Amino acid sequence: MAHDKTDLREESVLQQIEPRTWVLKKRLSGDGVFRGITVLFAFSVLAILLMMVAGMWKESLPAFSKFGWRFITGRDWDAVQGSFGALAFIWGSVISSIFALLLATPLSVGTAIFITEIAPKKVGGVVASLVELLAAIPSVIYGLWGVLVMAPWLQRTVEPFLADHLGFLPFFSGAPYGVSMLAAIFILMIMVVPIITSITKEIILAVPQSQKEAAIALGATRWEMIRVAVLPYGKSGILGAVILGLGRAIGETMAVTMVIGNTPQISMSLLAPGYTMPSVIANEFAEASSNLHAAALMEIGLILLVVTLIINILARLLIWSVTRGERRGSAI
Amino acid sequence: MNSLAWRKGKNVGMTLLLAIFTLAVLIPLVLIFVHIIKMGFSSINFDFFVQIPRPTGETGGGMANGLAGSAMLIFLASLFGIPVGIFGAIYLSEYGGGSFSNLIRFSADVLSGIPSIITGMVAYTLLVVPMKGFSALAGAFALALIMIPIVLRTTEEQLKLVPGTLREASLALGVPLWRTTLKVTLRSALTGVMTGILLAIARIAGETAPLLFTALGNQFWSRSLTEPIAAMPLQIFSFAISPYDDWHRLAWAGALVLVTIMFGLSLAARYFGRRRQQGN
Repeated sequence: MAHDKTDLREESVLQQIEPRTWVLKKRLSGDGVFRGITVLFAFSVLAILLMMVAGMWKESLPAFSKFGWRFITGRDWDAVQGSFGALAFIWGSVISSIFALLLATPLSVGTAIFITEIAPKKVGGVVASLVELLAAIPSVIYGLWGVLVMAPWLQRTVEPFLADHLGFLPFFSGAPYGVSMLAAIFILMIMVVPIITSITKEIILAVPQSQKEAAIALGATRWEMIRVAVLPYGKSGILGAVILGLGRAIGETMAVTMVIGNTPQISMSLLAPGYTMPSVIANEFAEASSNLHAAALMEIGLILLVVTLIINILARLLIWSVTRGERRGSAI
Repeated sequence: MNSLAWRKGKNVGMTLLLAIFTLAVLIPLVLIFVHIIKMGFSSINFDFFVQIPRPTGETGGGMANGLAGSAMLIFLASLFGIPVGIFGAIYLSEYGGGSFSNLIRFSADVLSGIPSIITGMVAYTLLVVPMKGFSALAGAFALALIMIPIVLRTTEEQLKLVPGTLREASLALGVPLWRTTLKVTLRSALTGVMTGILLAIARIAGETAPLLFTALGNQFWSRSLTEPIAAMPLQIFSFAISPYDDWHRLAWAGALVLVTIMFGLSLAARYFGRRRQQGN
């Protein structure tokens, strides 16, 4: 048998000790039962995941067989007429998440660099734990603050300002409602910043010290060192962090539901209310008016599930590619 | 353009810009905290902890049923989520190693990235539909699904830190493998495992979306586990989007209590984490 160097403990405990205990029949059965239990519980994790996908697929079949692919391109959402199309929700989810990430990415990467490379160690530590605090707040509390404090503030100051000065652009036209796509973008930005910051921080810490020292030794200023040694090394990991943030933003439910205005429309203006995929599920699922309505909501859930699965797999692979390099780097 | 002065100036400029970015990240944090503390302390009173919400239009009332309901949901979710997480982790750390274990690890990671509202929908189809009604059990099941991957991965990490010699010493004394695992391996990792459990509880304490169509919420006390049950996050949600100032007041008080509980839990988790480090 090939000797597996990476898992010496496994070899010694299981391959050698276990065969010896078979003599004591009573104990062997105890071990067998225990092992069986752990296998069962471990397997249940996979079973839950498969059950989720299969269950939602089955439940959304009525909607899929009725509307087919038109479900994704259709704009109608009419529970009374029984006509359902998800485009307005997909649009809302995509626009709110993309803009939130465009704002959050430079802020979070900048903060991560500031924490790790620029600030004195103590200041960096305080900022890092404050950012972690931000990540621990439940989304319903972000929503509470968003709807009672931020949205009225947007309505009074920011949105009239944008409409007055940039109103000639289609993105900033219309009346200021407060609860709007813009409010959703801001609240999502605040919520994804801690995630991207903390992962980017880990990525930057994984950059080998020797690389940074080499840049400094060649006469680079601190910023040049960050630009030529830190950022290129962590590129794919930072991209992974941003994609993970995207997954969080797309799936975020409560805070967005509370501030986006919940109006199924496709508007170019960020000042107008919108709707997202998780929000429509949150608002309508408990009181779906017909089986078809419930199935349509299930299909939206299925789309959301598949999109977040793809995003998560991609992000994990990217982050893994950098943090695995960390171990290789330190071994040298 | 690449003179030393230009490069140094650029360095200073970028440093300033990064500092400004950091400030911009911290400002909303400070604003949110100031608001929760200011509004929370001005709204909280003794009634909050002992009374249930009053009907629309009447002032006063509290969230006693929400507090009790949340505690109940967390307890039930832990009953299901913690054993599955810990025993699954024992498999991964003590028996696993092949591609099946990697598949389980990957599933757990993927499961933790799924939006929590989807977990709610799944619990709805699996429990609410067959049981013909919203219930505390369905809510707890949805929360347990969120707990499992967190407990599983943190427990596995902790079990892997236990030195192999400890296991071998116990086995050499003739203790069967399963007793060694429970009494020696798991026991020496216990403080670390507790940290993971507390973090998982802190996470589910604030979850709202998975409860929307499982536990549903309740204006009154619930008498059985097969009835809809009130929960703090659900009450904060419905009070926040209501048009009444008095309900907004209750929502802020609820937010203060929820945030305090969650920070208490994560402080406790850190305490266990530190004890573990000193123990080694």
